[in-house]
Parts: sequence; structure tokens; C-alpha cells
Amino acid sequence: MDAIFFYIFAAMVLGGGLLTITRRSAIHCAIWLIVSLMGVAGLFLMQQAEFLFAVQIVLYIGGIMVLFLFVIMLVNLDQAAKERQFNGQKWIALACVLVVGAEISYFMKKGAGAFQLAVPAAAPATEGNTEAVATVLFSQYLLPFEIASILLLVAVVGSVVMAKKRI
Amino acid sequence: MGPITTAHYLALSAALLLIGTVGVLTRRNIVVILMSIELILNAVNINLIAFSAHLHQVNGQIFAIFVITDAVAEAAVGLGILIALFRNKETVLADEVNLLKW
Repeated sequence: MDAIFFYIFAAMVLGGGLLTITRRSAIHCAIWLIVSLMGVAGLFLMQQAEFLFAVQIVLYIGGIMVLFLFVIMLVNLDQAAKERQFNGQKWIALACVLVVGAEISYFMKKGAGAFQLAVPAAAPATEGNTEAVATVLFSQYLLPFEIASILLLVAVVGSVVMAKKRI
Repeated sequence: MGPITTAHYLALSAALLLIGTVGVLTRRNIVVILMSIELILNAVNINLIAFSAHLHQVNGQIFAIFVITDAVAEAAVGLGILIALFRNKETVLADEVNLLKW
């Protein structure tokens, strides 16, 4: 049962990703990216990361994708959809990526024994996932958390400055 | 179909990373390049969550939260830059923006 769900979500992730980078219209790309992100959310749920599942749905699919769709609406993409979609370096880029893929798979095969890629044992569920995440986030990772909030503030100011007509 | 191991998740994450890299390197439309960057960041998140479940620690999930925060900041600033670029150059194709090229 787990395997069936894993392969369904994996097909969503990879198929959505492939269609995202190959479709002509930016709207279609955005919709296939949403499919891919939903597959990733399903994988989070399968790995008992329920909090991140909710974050993925709310923040990625609800937040970032709406931002993308807004920009697609503001920026006129009809002209761009009629033009050539891939640049001149596509074959050399594909070759480079294939080399990197061969390297990754070689080292994963080689290192599989080192970190024992067996079936992970079921986690001892003493508290909920959200409580566990919150306990660690607000004690051990408090300073990075505050730095992340400053980063978001800077990003808000920066995007307003960038998108404003006249400062 | 055998049981799903951590290696399955790692292979999926590597494949998604490569798809995103192809998108960044080959597409001309800047909006789609930004979407490909989101794919790459999601590949990282799958990897972090897989090891978080493998090692029974939530630290991986914390890092995934930080990665998502960075993705939000990157998307907001990137799309702001894209709007400014479109206002000035009337194009969203990456290889038509060559002001700094000689």
C-alpha cells in the first residue's frame, strides 16, 4: 500500500516537473508546478512530516503559486509564448546534467552500504509532529528562526522597492 | 514492488533536482526559470525529510522550514525584479537582457 502511494506521488512529482519545464505557456507551467508540489506534499505526509505537509500546501501552493500567477497576469507573456522556448545551450546543458546525474547515481550506489538504506523503522510516537517541530524550533534553533524572520522582512522591503514605479 | 526505502526518496530527489537544473539552464522565459528554482528547492526538501524520517530526528524538518522560508523570499524578490525588468525592457526572455554583457 505504501509502495503504491509512493509511486503515485513520485509520478506526480516527476511528471509535473517535466511538464513544468517543457510547456510553452507560462500558465500551463504554473499549473503543472502545482501538481508537482502536491506530489511533494504527499511525500511529506508519507514520511510522518504532517506539519510540513500543511506548510507545503498553504505556503507553496497557496502562497508562492498565487504570487507567480499574479506576476503572469501583470506581465504580458503572450509575446514570449510565441517565441522560441529554449536557448541555444540546451544540448550542452542536457549533456552536463546527464553527467551530473551519472555521478550522483554512481555515488549513491557506492555509498548505499555506508548509511544503510534499509526500510526506516517506525518512529516512536510520543508526541505529535507539530509539537516536536515546535519544541526543537523554539529552543535549539531560536536564533536561526529570528534570522529567518529578518530575512523575510528584508525580502518584503526589497520586493516592494523593486516593484514600485518611483521610490 | 518492494518496500520503499530511503534510497527511493533519494533517487526521486536527485531526479527532481536534475529536472529543475535542466529548466534553469535551458528555458528562456524568466518566470519558468524561477519555477525551476522552486523545483530544485523542493528536491532539497524531499532529501531533508527522507533523512529526518530515516534518523528519527526533527532537525531535518526544521531545515526544510528554513528552505521554504528562503524559497518565499527568493520568489518575492525575484518576481519583483522581473516586474521592474519588464517595465524597463518590455521583455521576459533571459537572453534578451544583456546590459552587462560585452
